[in-house]
Amino acid sequence: MDLLKRYIPVLFLLAVVVAIQLVTHFTETTYYLTQLTMSAYYSVVVIGLCVLMGYGGQISLGHAGFFAIGGYLAGALTTHNLMTLKNYGFVSFLDKVGLLVDSKGLYGGDLLTVEPWAACIIAVLTAGLIAFAIGGPILKLKGHYLAMATLGFGIIIYRIALASQYFGEADGISEVPGFKLLPGIMVSGNFGARVSNYYIAWGMVIIAVILLLNLIHSRVGRALRSIHGAEEAANAMGVNTARYKLYIFVLSAVFAALAGVFVTHYNGGIGPSEAGVMKSVRYVAIVAVGGMANIWGALIMGIVLNFLSLRGVFGSYDDAVFGVILIVIMLFAPQGILRINPWQQLKSFFTAAAPKSGEDATD
Amino acid sequence: MPADSAGNKIKYHLGKASKEDEQVALLEIQNLNRRFGGLRAVNNVSFNVEQGMIKAVIGPNGAGKTTLFNLIAGNLPANSGKIYFNNAQINGRKPYQIAKQGISRTYQNIKLFHGMTALENVMLGRHIRSKAGFMAGMLNLPWTWPEEKKIKEKSMEYLGLLGVAECADTEISNLSFGQQRGVEFARALATEPTLLLLDEPAAGLNIYETAEIGRLIMKIRGSGITVLLVEHDMSLVMDISDEIVVLSFGEKIAEDIPHNIQQNEEVIRVYLGDD
Repeated sequence: MDLLKRYIPVLFLLAVVVAIQLVTHFTETTYYLTQLTMSAYYSVVVIGLCVLMGYGGQISLGHAGFFAIGGYLAGALTTHNLMTLKNYGFVSFLDKVGLLVDSKGLYGGDLLTVEPWAACIIAVLTAGLIAFAIGGPILKLKGHYLAMATLGFGIIIYRIALASQYFGEADGISEVPGFKLLPGIMVSGNFGARVSNYYIAWGMVIIAVILLLNLIHSRVGRALRSIHGAEEAANAMGVNTARYKLYIFVLSAVFAALAGVFVTHYNGGIGPSEAGVMKSVRYVAIVAVGGMANIWGALIMGIVLNFLSLRGVFGSYDDAVFGVILIVIMLFAPQGILRINPWQQLKSFFTAAAPKSGEDATD
Repeated sequence: MPADSAGNKIKYHLGKASKEDEQVALLEIQNLNRRFGGLRAVNNVSFNVEQGMIKAVIGPNGAGKTTLFNLIAGNLPANSGKIYFNNAQINGRKPYQIAKQGISRTYQNIKLFHGMTALENVMLGRHIRSKAGFMAGMLNLPWTWPEEKKIKEKSMEYLGLLGVAECADTEISNLSFGQQRGVEFARALATEPTLLLLDEPAAGLNIYETAEIGRLIMKIRGSGITVLLVEHDMSLVMDISDEIVVLSFGEKIAEDIPHNIQQNEEVIRVYLGDD
């Protein structure tokens, strides 16, 4: 029964995803799918961050950094030509075990690059390891101090992306090839692959949502929420708070990096703006609008706001809009504007009686 | 009753306790010191808590009682001295490790997990008695289901024991003070501790509720749990404790059975002033 309750909204989401695709198909507005695909990937970052912030109670202003680590590494590894290094130790080893692909470059030259699957795994693992390494020391910090430390991390990644030749400096990386997930299924911005990519992105969102919903309803999820509620008491109950904080930090970083890898293949490139601090602020703002400890709220706001932003609705005031949203939410609706989960809202809409609050009053 | 001199300690460790020392010390505190700047909050304090007893720590405000608790539970490091629990040294360990050894506690100003229901709070008490990890949780592996169910059932039992079962699904901040205290007790008991530390369990309760708490503590001891409590309510302390340790300005000034403590001149002077 509990399980059913948990997964019904997921099925509902799946139905909406399919419905939107069908509607765009019949109204010949499939161009919306491009932004919806991108929004889906960004939402994976957002819901990962939502669990870190809303449930674990730890803020991160550096998640664009993890997104960029994933995206940049996957982009660089699958794009830079290793031909000249072919006979050197590690590269020749990679070649022998079949992790490199030979292809023809844009101008007919021989191109030797890392296989996208291998690049993806390397990129995500690197992001996870970096999160693990910095998470140990910085998660001892609380509140503003943690925010500042993660902000510092974000700035470092942004500056590295901007300064390093390997990562294309201000131009970023372009000409990133598609990522063949399975035979016939390719993550790429190819015009004909629009519909399949839409489903790949949403498949990733749905898997992420299911994993995170499971997590927050498990023993570990309860421990995470207890850390948010009262860290000292959680510790006294035998919860290794430091370890749980670290795990959830790494998990959210891995989600961000994975989204980064897919977005990079989908867009065929990545630029330093993806690593920018304003991107991190945007993710935090969306989690706040969605109501912190509310995966569904974060997901819905992640889709809506990113979609509007990608459609250019906010024009050149894009970043300013997200700043304003953050301030307004903190002032007027710190619980988020979608405070209750949609399932409850739907239920209370039909049953008319407000759940719970009546019982509490009589206590 | 054994004194807490170094001589007795050695006897315990050699396993040659004489007849009068038959009771086993569950918790041994040896020459414990904790300073805050120039203030000696806990100054060379030693005493034992024997298995199965209710021991109270009393003293005027600022005597170092809560500091002592924080030292035992691992929330504060000691400057020097040793704490043994079940013959294993526990000072220097982290609070969660100490909790796993079997020490649970409540707080003077209730520390519950806000944003969670009463039931979920108590379920946290079952954390160390269950084992589903990160991956098992994320993948919702079927073997975790009976474990979750057991956690829930056990937690409901403890809520029932404390008479707060009807608040199970209520968010903690919507509960009355007394109910919150009950939930906190239930949470501490749910860990199935060997030693329960109670920091002013009767604070903020009326005389009826205090009597209720007294009976509850007796019942807890009856189930085999050793209790160490800090309390200001003297009638409660005198009624239920087997032994009392009196602290004043961080130093132990007396340790005896309640009757003798009431007659102890130094204790009377500390409490009433010496004019």
